Amino acid sequence: MTRLFSFLSSLTFPHGVHPPEFKEATRDQAIRRLPFAPRMIIPLQQHFGEPAIPLVRPQQEVVRGQPIAVANGDLSVAMHAPVTGTVEGIQLMPTARGPKSEAIVIRTLAADSQVVRWGTPRDVNSLSSAGIIQAVQAAGLVGLGGAAFPTHKKLEVPAGHPIDTLVVNGCECEPYLTADHRIMLEHTATLLLGIRLAMRALKAQRAVIGVEDNKLDAVAALRACLSPHDPISVQTVRTKYPQGSEKLLIKALLKREVPSGGYPYQIGVVVNNVSTLSQMGELLPNGQGIIERVVTVAGPGVKKPGNYRVPIGTPLRYLLEQVGYAGDASHIILGGPMMGNTVASLDVPVTKGVSGVIVLPELATQSKPAGKTHPCIRCGRCLEACPVNLNPCELGRLAVKREYAMMQARFHLHDCFECGCCSYVCPSNIPLVQYFRIAKSVNRERLL
Amino acid sequence: MKPLRIELKTSPHLKQAGSVEHIMRNVVYALLPICAFSIYHFGLSALLLILTTTLTCVATEHLFNRLGRRENSLSDYSAIITGILLALTLPPAFPLWMAAVSAFIGMSLGKVLFGGMGFNAFNPALVGRAFAQAAFPGAISTWTVPGHPDRFTEVLPSTLTMPFTTPPSVDAYTGATPLAQWKFEGMFTETTDLLLGLTTGSVGETSALLIFLCGMYLVVRRLINWRLPAAVLGGAFLTAGVFYLLDPAYYPSPWFVLLSGGLMLGAFFMASDMVASPVTPWGVWIYGLLIGFLTVIIRLFGGLPEGIMYAILLGNAASPLIDHLTQPRPYGKRPPPRLRDALSALRQRLKPKDRRPAAPGKEGA
Ligand code: SF4
Ligand code: SF4
Repeated sequence: MTRLFSFLSSLTFPHGVHPPEFKEATRDQAIRRLPFAPRMIIPLQQHFGEPAIPLVRPQQEVVRGQPIAVANGDLSVAMHAPVTGTVEGIQLMPTARGPKSEAIVIRTLAADSQVVRWGTPRDVNSLSSAGIIQAVQAAGLVGLGGAAFPTHKKLEVPAGHPIDTLVVNGCECEPYLTADHRIMLEHTATLLLGIRLAMRALKAQRAVIGVEDNKLDAVAALRACLSPHDPISVQTVRTKYPQGSEKLLIKALLKREVPSGGYPYQIGVVVNNVSTLSQMGELLPNGQGIIERVVTVAGPGVKKPGNYRVPIGTPLRYLLEQVGYAGDASHIILGGPMMGNTVASLDVPVTKGVSGVIVLPELATQSKPAGKTHPCIRCGRCLEACPVNLNPCELGRLAVKREYAMMQARFHLHDCFECGCCSYVCPSNIPLVQYFRIAKSVNRERLL
Repeated sequence: MKPLRIELKTSPHLKQAGSVEHIMRNVVYALLPICAFSIYHFGLSALLLILTTTLTCVATEHLFNRLGRRENSLSDYSAIITGILLALTLPPAFPLWMAAVSAFIGMSLGKVLFGGMGFNAFNPALVGRAFAQAAFPGAISTWTVPGHPDRFTEVLPSTLTMPFTTPPSVDAYTGATPLAQWKFEGMFTETTDLLLGLTTGSVGETSALLIFLCGMYLVVRRLINWRLPAAVLGGAFLTAGVFYLLDPAYYPSPWFVLLSGGLMLGAFFMASDMVASPVTPWGVWIYGLLIGFLTVIIRLFGGLPEGIMYAILLGNAASPLIDHLTQPRPYGKRPPPRLRDALSALRQRLKPKDRRPAAPGKEGA
């Protein structure tokens, strides 16, 4: 009954898909900690923007929480030592994207208790809007939902764009992932503090927390902490992929559309993820920086699936050894299975933007593995799935003919945000979104 | 710990169940009860007809695949579907050799020459049917009554006609289809007879109820787009309804239009052939309504009693244009400029009128 009621009262956007959720294995377990890895790898560029500038030298000793790199300019954030130990060096290390990039490598001091020994507590209530934004940059906060866009840049809205609503993204629409769900349940107070701070920074009058209706316990937990007249409200949204995409969540909650190619602030909205805001509520009062994050480790290949509080810089190899994994050939996905990418090496570390580590042995897809690709039968399912209302059928036809310019000129290729819904539904197994990624990068190069 | 073999793959890493084979296989399943009923109804001749067209279609596809050195595409079942559908639209006494020729033409001209599955601009079964209509006008309008007592032991005399000879007369068996009865004699068939299929007609078009149920199986399992049959039937019903209201004594009731002839079969199994229909959500509605409308217009005013075949072929021809005109509006894009300009121009024209009385007074003061 409550389920039916919540379904009817939930808002949503048109189209989208309903992949199986696979959240049962992890959603009811409290967030746990793991031992510290012996060696931590902290890439200088874990965020969208400029790499940070290191502050430490090789062989220097650092304590947990200490800043080890500062922001390089406006579109960049600071880094902090995730462990107490010794800097081994600043070296080129493999990253999730493939090419190696510079990272600070720290050898963990095994004998240490690893308490955070850095940070000056401050009264957040006295901070001004600009003060909050500065503190957020110094704390190294980026969008923890996956985009890793520097949070202070989101809070620093260009002049002439008044913000009326802060949208808080608690959808977590990707299958397997439950980190945000656990955060809403276990860190409700810090999350609400973070929301209030962000509202102050934005001078926004109200905040709406959008939560998918498969997390009604989180909705109840949040509502229990809010008074009826609170400027913060909680709204359920339909459980549907990609409900957690910024632009579609705005559409669902506020019935507004972000202009094509534009940003949410242009329509008076800023969106932040619940894990980002709860970190903000936790770090700012203590004057600390982000050194760990909650990561869902799950998938058929994982023996002890769950949500773990993982220090940033923990190599995947160490993480997987701790949770145990089965099978030999695997796809290791950072993020969720719909939009996340596989990694090429287990030496890749957990960075700020990694919300989940999913291990799929072989092809644990729902349909039979490696279905044959057929010509498009023009069934129209991709059009009914595309959340931004494109015509993937036509785009795919043009992509095969390599008419990439035409795809942009007539069929709005650049509005595709690569959610993968079209590939997910296509009965002909056409790799549509994969084609579109290629087309977009070719078009980008042509412009240069 | 065992070393892990890591494989790379781009997202999405999940895939919805349901492939082309799955869809096509289920369309075949949905057609089987209709075939069974028609064999029960028309006997051996119907069975031979279905087998002939299906085997010809499959053989044609295979032959062209071999000639074109293309991959074997029989596993996608679409040739089987074309074969069965063609047989279902032919009269039971249709000579087998003519059926085989029509199936070959439909398959080669209608599908293979366009590039095979996914590329045909027209429904191949209907291309074959249209060829039969043009090439064998006599045989294709000779209808036999159902339920003949000897139907399971003897074939109809015309079924086994030697190629290129005139089929023997089957006068003893012939009857008129409900549509022809209405058109040429002004007689209406009982609704229950139309529903249960106790009438004369093509092999597989007689029982509207059975076809509806089989079609709904596909709709409920979401294997065909429900909008297509809904739009075709809706378009036919509405158009027929308008004429019926104009002159109930002359025009047939919309229910008769809906249940007679090949409309039901066409709506669920031929207009719903996705390859030759538009893909956009709006386009699908327009296409379906157009087919329904054209069917009724041809039936009421054309020379032939049945119009669904030409209506669908015309719809197929129009679908690239419909697609072009109904491209979806992407999220965050404003409505097309022309519409927007027209709206703002309209607003501009409306505005000054309200303000005019106030403005001069102010200026004067
Ligand atoms: S889902 Fe696949 S087969 Fe269907 S229209 Fe889209 S591209 Fe074509
Ligand atoms: S990947 Fe692009 S085209 Fe495909 S459904 Fe998503 S937004 Fe639409």
